[in-house]
Order: sequence, then C-alpha cells, then structure tokens
Amino acid sequence: MNSRIAHVAFNTFREAVRDRVLYNLIAFALLLSGAAILVGQISINIERLVVVNLGLTAVTLFGVVIAIFIGIGLVSKEIEKRTLYTILSRPVRRWEFVVGKFFGLTGTLVVNTFFMAIGVFLALLYVAHRFERADLGILTALYFIVLQFLIVCSLALLFSSFSSPMLAAVFSFALFVIGSLSEDLRGFAGVVKGIGGWIATAVAYLVPNFSALNVINQVAHGEAVATRLIVYNTLYALLYSAMAISGAVLIFQRRNLK
Amino acid sequence: MTASRRVSAVAAAVFVMALPGIVGLLHAIDHLRRDAAYQDILYIRSPQALKRMSLGYTGLFADLYWTRAVQYFGYQHHQHSKDFSLLAPLLHIATQLDPKLLPAYQFGNNFLAPRPPNGAGQPEEAIALAQYGIRNNPDSWQLYYGLGFIYYTEMKDYSKAAEAFASGGRVPGAHPFLRILAARMAQHAGEFETARMLWTTTYQTSQDQTIQLNAVDHLRALRVDEDVTQLEKLVSIYREHVGRTPGNMTDLARAGLIGSSPVDPTGQPYKITSDGRVEVHDPDSILYITKGTPPNYQPPQPKADKQK
Repeated sequence: MNSRIAHVAFNTFREAVRDRVLYNLIAFALLLSGAAILVGQISINIERLVVVNLGLTAVTLFGVVIAIFIGIGLVSKEIEKRTLYTILSRPVRRWEFVVGKFFGLTGTLVVNTFFMAIGVFLALLYVAHRFERADLGILTALYFIVLQFLIVCSLALLFSSFSSPMLAAVFSFALFVIGSLSEDLRGFAGVVKGIGGWIATAVAYLVPNFSALNVINQVAHGEAVATRLIVYNTLYALLYSAMAISGAVLIFQRRNLK
Repeated sequence: MTASRRVSAVAAAVFVMALPGIVGLLHAIDHLRRDAAYQDILYIRSPQALKRMSLGYTGLFADLYWTRAVQYFGYQHHQHSKDFSLLAPLLHIATQLDPKLLPAYQFGNNFLAPRPPNGAGQPEEAIALAQYGIRNNPDSWQLYYGLGFIYYTEMKDYSKAAEAFASGGRVPGAHPFLRILAARMAQHAGEFETARMLWTTTYQTSQDQTIQLNAVDHLRALRVDEDVTQLEKLVSIYREHVGRTPGNMTDLARAGLIGSSPVDPTGQPYKITSDGRVEVHDPDSILYITKGTPPNYQPPQPKADKQK
C-alpha cells in the first residue's frame, strides 16, 4: 500500500479509537455474558445456539452501525473542521484520501470484530465447556461478516461523498436492509413480467447481496459452508466495495471543496 | 461552597435519590399489572412476515420464539391454566424460522401432547410438529422416536407408533431399541414391559436432566401400576380361597401368595383397603400413577421446575 494511503488509514483508525468507538465492546461483552448465563435458566437446550446466533448477529449489527455512523462522517467531518484542506495541500491525492479512509475504517472494524470473536468463543466455552470441530464454521461466518463490513463501509463513503451525513446514514442503512432481503427481492423480480420485471431484476442485482453473506444459522447448527461460496463471496465483496469506492473517488475528484 | 459545587451536589443528590424511586415505582407498577409480562398476545402469527422482519437473522428470532414458548408453557402450567392456545403457534413460528431447531420439536412435543395437567392436551398439533420436524431433519432418529411416542402414549395408535419407530430405526446411527420397539408394537403394545422400554429408552437417549427426571417419574409410576395390578389379582385369589378380603399384606404373606410385604418406590408398604383395592401410602409423592390411588383422587401438579 502506498504510504500516504497507509498514513490516512492509520490516522482514521486512531481517530476512531480516540472517539471511543471500541467502547461498544463493553456493551457486547455484557450482552453476551448476560445471554450465556441467563439462557440456560429461561430456555431449554439452546445455550450454544443462542451464543452463536446472538453473538454473530450482535457482531454484525454493532459493526454495521459503527461502519455507517463513522463512514458517513469521514469526509464531512474533515471538511467541517477544515482539516481536509491541510491534508490535500500536502502531497495527498483525493483518491488516496478516500481509499485511506476506507482502509482505516475497515481496519477499525476488523480489530473490533477480532475482540468480539474472542468474546463469542469465550461465551461458547462457558456454555458448552469445550470446543468442537464444527465451531470452526464460526470463523467462516465471522469472515463473511467482515466482508459485509467492507461493502457497508464503501457504501457509507460513497454516499457521504455527495450528500449530507444524515442522508448518507439513511441511504446506507436502507441499502443494508434491502441487501439483507436481496434474495427475496430477486425472487419477486423473477415473477414480475415485462418492463417491471426488467427493472426489478436490475435493482435486485444492483443492491448488495447481504443474504449470501449471512451464514449464521448454518454455522450455529454446525453445518459446513461450501468452499466455493467462500471464494465467490470474497470476490463479490471485493468487487462490490471496489465499485462503490471507485464511485466515491469519482465524485470526490469532481467535488468543489471551496 | 461555590455555585458550581452546589449544582454538582444537588445533581448528585437527585441522581442518587431518583434511582431507588424509579425501582420502587416500577415494582408498584408491576404489582398493579401483575400479568402484563405474560400477556396472551401473539402480534405476528406469520412466520414469513417474521422472516422478512428479521432481515435474515432467523436463527436468533427462532431462539427467541422457542424461549417464549418455554416461558408461555411454564407460566400457564404454573397458573394451572388449561388454556394453551398460543403454544402451537409459538412452536410453529420457532420451527418455521429455524427448521433445524431440534429442541423445539423434542421438548415442544412433550409440552403439546400430554393431557393437562402435564401438558397442553393437543396431540394432533404435536404430531403435526413432529412430522414437520422429520420432513426437515430426516436424519434425526430422535424425531421419529418422539412421533412414535405420541402415537403410543397419547393416541394409543400402536400401528402408527410401530411405523414411526420402524422408520426411525432405518436412520443411520439410530438407537437399536427403535427396531425392538417397532416389533413389540404388533403384539405387546399395551403391556407394562413395552411402556417400560419406551421410558427407559427416553432416559438413556436424552442428555437433558429435565427429560431424564420425567422418565424416572414415569418409570416409578409404571412400577406402582404394575405392582398394584399384580397385588389386586392376589387379593382376588385370596378372597376366592379364604372367603374374605385380606386385612393387610401380612394376610397375603401368611397365605403364601407373597414373600414379604411389598413396598412402593418411596419405600412405603402398600396397603389393602376394606373393599379389596390396593393403595400406595402417599399418592401425592408418586407422579403419573394411574392405579393405587383413593377413589376420585386428583393428582397434584408436577413441579414447575420439572416442566420449566
């Protein structure tokens, strides 16, 4: 990675840590430990399932909220504080700034996910008393969650490059919801005929497919995830986020910052 | 004290005093609306709608609905209610959201099938749930066992029970008892030995302490039912030979019909009533017995913790 991008990325990470973003880990730890202790008393035989389902769902939702609310402010905050002009007056190109911000935010989320993953495995050890081979599937689910973060971060950056933080948050969250239902959307598109069908199909393929990146239920039941799905999802997430970041760069390059 | 410190002191005092006040008020509100937390309301009955609302996180929603079903059953049971109208819909939603949620089938059937006070008395719903579970988890022999169990214990449909046990016996890794049970259904369905086999299998194959305790209770009850049946036969034989009802077990022993005075699973001796019936010393101490109780005897509610 180009050193200027690395500097922007590192500073973005440092700023996120300084903004106490990682404090969410405390809430996560409380949630998971509470669930692990309580579930055995209020339900029957689903201790492991709850830890995996609740743990991984919380990792996703905490991460998505962080990605959206930090992602939308990455550009606007720099403009508001006028620090962007200082950065761009140095030999930092606009595209390097955008790409650096993207890597900084995804790096923050990867670190956050790493600590949350430790929490999930500790809670699992508490309720099940030992690890099983099937628990390795949780790592695949966590990897897919990180891939979701790549897409969400890139979308938040894309929207923040041309709209206000509030609108960017609304757009990003709406796309996350629609993308989580993308398989249903493609199903609906399949039954609509004519021009409506074409439009619905186009929309269904344009929105990010978060459904395929959600294998939480599958791994909770100890089912294996196909290697081919891992490869396809990796390529899909990389391509989608590259596309969104390219869009953000294109808009930011032309943006009048005066 | 400076103005700023005064403000801080007042704020701290309000904060500290408000907290117990809030707790006290909530306690009073809870007292006022005692049953609010367990309202018999199921706002969304469509699993499809819930699937969409869950944004794909169906596993977590299924866990929540299963927990809700457990809590609902436990609460209604604890209240000695005979209304379990929401139990089947809650189980339906939980299993539709996560068709692989095996505990919901295994325990759900135990909640649904038995007649009150031990369950909801909805064996048809339990059969539908078990069949849905088998369709989605054909490799789980426990679900076939559960289905056969309902046919055997609640429906007394021994041919369907045999069919379910036989199907389960063909699943790779199935407990070998399933084939034996399937075979026994044809000729010995109503016998104590068959029922004992079923409950012993339940005890041996379950990892869950609640189910194991329940099986132990049923095995104890079976022993009592069998003892009482046998002892009442001996009382009839005594009456035929001696011409009067035996006064106690010693009379039967003196007549050479029994060796020593038999005792029930709690260690108490059985007693013979004046009309020749055999009763246990304390029927409340042995759950699920169908024999050996006084006339018009009402069994106690099984302990809530045993049913969760």
